[in-house]
Amino acid sequence: MTTVDREARPAPHHPPEPPRRRLFGDRIGSVEVLAVLLVLLVVFRGPIAGAISDPRLQTWTTVFVAVMVQATPFLVFGVALSAVIAVFVPRSFWARALPNHPALAVPVASCAGVVLPGCECGSVPIAGSLIRRGVTPSAALAFLLAAPAINPIVLASTAVAFPRNPEMVVGRGVASLIVAMIMGWLWLRLGRADWIRLPHRPDLDDTSKGRAFWAALRHDVVHAGGFLVLGAMAAATINVVVPERWLLTLADNPVLSVLALALLAVLLSICSEADAFVAASLSQFSLTSRLVFLVVGPMVDLKLISMQTGVFGRRFALRFAPTTFAVAVLVAVLVGGVLW
Amino acid sequence: MNRQAQAVVMLLLGGAVLKASLGDLYLRYVKEGLRPFLIGASLLLVAAAVMTLWYELRRRTDPVDEHHDHGHGGAHREPRVGWLLILPVLGLLLVAPPALGSYAAGQSGTALGSGQTSDFPPLPGGDPANISVLDYASRAVFEGGRSIGDRRVKLVGFILIEPGGAQYLARIVLSCCAADGRPVKVAMSGDAPAGLASDTWVEVVGRYSDRTTTDPVNGEKIPFLEVVEWHEIAAPKNPYE
Repeated sequence: MTTVDREARPAPHHPPEPPRRRLFGDRIGSVEVLAVLLVLLVVFRGPIAGAISDPRLQTWTTVFVAVMVQATPFLVFGVALSAVIAVFVPRSFWARALPNHPALAVPVASCAGVVLPGCECGSVPIAGSLIRRGVTPSAALAFLLAAPAINPIVLASTAVAFPRNPEMVVGRGVASLIVAMIMGWLWLRLGRADWIRLPHRPDLDDTSKGRAFWAALRHDVVHAGGFLVLGAMAAATINVVVPERWLLTLADNPVLSVLALALLAVLLSICSEADAFVAASLSQFSLTSRLVFLVVGPMVDLKLISMQTGVFGRRFALRFAPTTFAVAVLVAVLVGGVLW
Repeated sequence: MNRQAQAVVMLLLGGAVLKASLGDLYLRYVKEGLRPFLIGASLLLVAAAVMTLWYELRRRTDPVDEHHDHGHGGAHREPRVGWLLILPVLGLLLVAPPALGSYAAGQSGTALGSGQTSDFPPLPGGDPANISVLDYASRAVFEGGRSIGDRRVKLVGFILIEPGGAQYLARIVLSCCAADGRPVKVAMSGDAPAGLASDTWVEVVGRYSDRTTTDPVNGEKIPFLEVVEWHEIAAPKNPYE
């Protein structure tokens, strides 16, 4: 069973890192720094608000705050669910719920994505928790990719956005499922356990379940949330910097239009529940290239890459994101070719 | 970033989102339907912050608890990336950026999407009939204004003056949050508003006109409205459609 050996769990323990030397010695901690920072910001509120009166900067701030406000419920509830998985659901549950053979667990986990009505920000910490609780990484990754793309809310919003092309819904669901399964199986064949580096989390083994739950919630909100901020800043920048005029010059070329929308999906990092409406408004582009946009977006985008780096480590994100991108573009083009 | 600081950041984020969603501020960024989830999520954030502080206090005073802690106060690296969460807090509490307006609308082309075919419901009652900018533009472009006929309609939007000098009545349509906001534009003939700056909100009453023009950004059709009367209004509570 070489496949199973390769699928070995990532080592849960890492040697503790040496204590970091603090800038101000031990007397000034983060709370004090935070307090000073906040006081300074309140004092200089006027000049700061004045500095962003430029319309570009203002639009950037609006989009950044909007992405964060929109993502907050998904992040918080996703993290709460992942904390429940990490603390309250026993390991034996996953052994019973998923087929023993990892190659079979992949399609089951992909289809299980149907039940999670959320967007992609919530699914990253959930996948991390699943791996931590002994779910084979290939199945957890297939779930990570499938859940934001094939849940009922996302498919319904796609149907609303494309009233004249109901086949877009089918194409999106089928292509996303295929990509999730291919990536799961690819991980089974080629993935190495040491690429995933889940941070050492002694707090999850706390004797008190309540304390472990709140510790997990705090850690994931702050950690995944911090990376979400990075992703939101990148997405706001793209939103302001890339003019639509420039994009539309690519719409007539079949190859360029596919690549342009695939890249745009990565850069814009729109929530998977909203991306169908954006795709519908890009009406100069072919249906196939818009399908590519809808398949790539929930699986690879700046926000997700940033969060995956935080939860699984840089070595993982560097390999996983480009591979997923390539597979998603290929599968979506093939499905588009069959449909149209 | 130690755990007390994380608790403070979560408290601030939860508080900022709660404050925005209890008032009207959240409507500048997201759809109205998200409100219950925003309130629920922010309450959970506040609860997590309070519980973290509570456990931290107990850990300090209770020597038995200290034993469980594996001594990772200094040895375990807490995420430094969490500091970034202060940015959305500042964005909401200190800056509170305005809703998307004429700048964003001028950057993108009018977005009617692939649109409906011909089965538009009849206009709402009343004279003039209150309809949205998107509704007027869709009826005008996709079915030649058949369902509007001779009736007067009232639209609410903001003034958009493009660099070329063309003036439109515009409204931004959201499907999820401001990041996916797309403008819908209507050109005005007849007694069109004059002397207004971009981003001024107006209420316009007019009749269907079969004139159209094209959007300089994406080449899509922009319908005209034959304006009968107009007046300046305060920005509506929900700036989007």
